[in-house]
Amino acid sequence: MQQPGKRKTVYTRPLDFKKGRVEMAHGSGGRAMTQLIEQLFMRSFDNAFLSQMNDQAIFPGYSGRMVMSTDSHVVTPLFFPGGDIGYLSVHGTVNDVVMSGAEPCYLSAGFILEEGLPLSDLKRIVESMAAAAMEIAVPIITGDTKVVERGSGDGVFITTTGIGKVPEGIHISAERAKPGDKILVSGTIGDHGIAIMLAREDLSFYGTLESDTASLHGLVATMVRTAPDIHVLRDPTRGGLAAALNEIAQQSGVGMMLYEKSIPIKEQVSAACEFLGFDPLYVANEGKLIAICSSEDADNLLAVMNAHPLGRDAAIIGEVIEDTHSFVQMETRFGGKRVVDWLSGDQLPRIC
Amino acid sequence: MKYIDAFRDGTLARKIAAKIAIEINPNRDYYLMEFCGGHTHAISRYGIADLLPDNIHMIHGPGCPVCVLPMGRLENMIQLARMPGVILCSYGDLLRIPTANGHSLLKMKAQGADIRMIYSSAEALKIARQNPQNQVVFLAIGFETTTAPSADVIKQAQTLGLTNFTVFCNHVLTPSAISHILQSPEIRELGLVRLDGFIGPAHVSTIIGSAPYEYFAQEFQKPVVIAGFEPLDVMQAILMLIRQLNDNRAEVENEFTRAVLPFGNLKAQMLVAEVFELRRSFEWRGLGVVPYSALRIKSNFSDFDAEHRFELPSLSIADNKACECGAILRGVKHPRDCKIFGTACTPENPVGSCMVSSEGACAAYYRYGRFREANNHCNKSHMANH
Repeated sequence: MQQPGKRKTVYTRPLDFKKGRVEMAHGSGGRAMTQLIEQLFMRSFDNAFLSQMNDQAIFPGYSGRMVMSTDSHVVTPLFFPGGDIGYLSVHGTVNDVVMSGAEPCYLSAGFILEEGLPLSDLKRIVESMAAAAMEIAVPIITGDTKVVERGSGDGVFITTTGIGKVPEGIHISAERAKPGDKILVSGTIGDHGIAIMLAREDLSFYGTLESDTASLHGLVATMVRTAPDIHVLRDPTRGGLAAALNEIAQQSGVGMMLYEKSIPIKEQVSAACEFLGFDPLYVANEGKLIAICSSEDADNLLAVMNAHPLGRDAAIIGEVIEDTHSFVQMETRFGGKRVVDWLSGDQLPRIC
Repeated sequence: MKYIDAFRDGTLARKIAAKIAIEINPNRDYYLMEFCGGHTHAISRYGIADLLPDNIHMIHGPGCPVCVLPMGRLENMIQLARMPGVILCSYGDLLRIPTANGHSLLKMKAQGADIRMIYSSAEALKIARQNPQNQVVFLAIGFETTTAPSADVIKQAQTLGLTNFTVFCNHVLTPSAISHILQSPEIRELGLVRLDGFIGPAHVSTIIGSAPYEYFAQEFQKPVVIAGFEPLDVMQAILMLIRQLNDNRAEVENEFTRAVLPFGNLKAQMLVAEVFELRRSFEWRGLGVVPYSALRIKSNFSDFDAEHRFELPSLSIADNKACECGAILRGVKHPRDCKIFGTACTPENPVGSCMVSSEGACAAYYRYGRFREANNHCNKSHMANH
C-alpha cells in the first residue's frame, strides 16, 4: 500500500470513453465518481455555477413570479432518429417551464446510470444535453449521479428540473379556456411517438421520420410578445393532443370542437399509425405546443407562429365551446362527429 | 392513389349519404349488423352514424377476436404465463382482458411473467430462435385473417426442428358464428331481435372469399354485402344493403372488390388446411358452445401445440353475472341495457370483453354513443328552456 506521505501527485488514468463502461464505483462517492464528474459533466456543462463544486448551486434571484418544473426521462431506445434522451431531458423540462409564458433560467440534472452502460453512450448523451442547453443559453447548474446494478435500470434515466421567470402581465393557465376561444397547434402531431415506435420495432420502411424534439422557448417568447393574453399553453407530450386537450377541457370546465381536416399530420405518421393500429391524436410530441387564445388574437398569433421555424405548420384546429360534460369532440374529415376521449391505459394495436 | 385518404373522402361520403336518404323507405326501419369489430371501429371513429337517417340501426356483431375469447381459454393463458421459463407472445389487444378474478396478461407481466407484445407471428418464431433455453408460446387468436400466419410459423418451426416453440390455438371461424347468430332462438323463432342484413367481413373475406356467405343469403334470406374497413366502404355497403332490402333481394354482394375474390386466397386456405383441423365444438364468449366453429392443430404438428405440450385443462368459466357481453355480442341487448355499463365497467376497468377492445361494442358505444345521448339530452333541455 502506498504511504500517504509519499504521495505527491496521483496519476489517474483518464476515463476510457471508447471502450469503458459505467461501473458501480462511478456512483459510490469515491475517486471514480469525481473523475466522471470532472471529465464528463463539468467539461460538457461548463459554467461558473457548476464549477463551484458545491453540493448546491447558489444563483442570483429575480423579483416577481417564478416557475419551476421537473420531469423524469426514460426512453427506449436511448438514441433515435432526430434526437436522444439527452436532448429530450433538456427540451422536455424547458418546454414545461415555458408553457407558462416564462423565460427559462436554470436547469438541474439527476442521472441514474445502469452499471454496464458504455461510457461512449453516456458521453454522447451528456454532450447532447450540453448542446441543447447551450442553444437556449440556459445553464445546467447542479446535478447528481447514482449508479444502479445491471438489470435495475434501462441504461440511463435523467431527471431535470427547470426554473424560469414569468414576465409581468402574463397569466397563462389551463383553467383559462373560454367558449369562443380558438385552439392552435404549432405543427404536425405524432412525429416523436412514431419515430420512437419505428426505431423500437425496427420498422424502417417509412423512410426517415425524425422525432420533433425541440425547445419551444423561442417560439413561446414571440407568441407572448404578440399576444400577451394567450389563455392556455400546453405541450402535448405523453397521451398526445387528445390527452392535453381533455386535461384543459376538464380544468377549464369547457368543451371543445376540433376539425380533423385542419390538424396537421405528416403522411408518414398517418401511414405508420394505420399500420400499427394507433390513433395519431394520442401519440406523443416533444417539440409542439397547443395554444388557446381569444378569437380576436388567433389570426395574429397564427401569423407569428407560422413565421417561426418551429411553427411553420401551425394551424387553428378547433374552438372552445360550452359543454358541462367537458367533452372534446371532433368533426371528422368524413363529415361525422366523434368524441376524442381520454386514453384508457396504453394504446394497444388492434388485431384485425 | 393514396389509399388512406381516398376512402375517407368527406365529399363522396355526403354524396352516398344523400343517396341513402333518398332511397330509404321512411315507413320502415332497417336493422343492419356489421359483423366485424373493424367496421364497428370505423363507424365510431369516423362518426358514420351522423350521416345516416334515424331509421337505419347498426347492430354491432361478435367479430372482435378478443371479445369472443372465452374465460376458460384466457385462464389457460394465465396458467401459461405462470409457468417458469415460459415466454408468452401475444398480439396487443389481448393483454388487457380481465379474467373472472381480475387477472390479465398485463397484470401478470407486471408481476414478472415474460410476456412480449408482437405484431406478427413471425416475431414469435424469432423470439423462440433467440431464446433456446425458454419455452416460447405464441397466443394465436383471431378469425381467418390471422389463421394463415399462425399456420405458417408452425410449418417453419417444424422445418427448423425447433423444440421450444408452440402455439396456443384459439382460431375461430366466421361463417359458423354468423349461422349461429341467425339460428339463435331470439332471431329465428322468437323474433325478438330483428336483423335485416349483414355487412360482411373485410379482411376475413380476403382469405375465405365471398362464396361462403351464399348459404346465409339463401337459407336465411338475409342480404350480405362484403365491405372494406374504410368509412366509404361502410357507407357504400349500407347503400347496397338498403337497395337489396327495398328490392326484396337477399344476395351476396361484394363492395370490397379491390381485395376480395369469390373464392378468396387459395394458397392461404391450403396452408390452413395442412396445419389445422376443425374442432367438434368450441366455446365462444357470448355465443356459448358453437359446433364446428374453431380450429385446432393437426396431430402431425402436435409437437407445436401448446395444449398438447403443457397439458392445459379444458376450463369453462362463467362470465361475471352482471355482465351482458353475451347478449350484446348476439345483438339481443344494447350496451346501455347492461347495468354495469359505464359504472363498474369502463375502458379503464373493463369487466366484460366488449369494453376492452376498441372494436368491442361497449367500448365503441362508451366513447361515442354516451356523448351522443348527453348531447341529445342537452339539446332537448336547451329547447325546453325556450
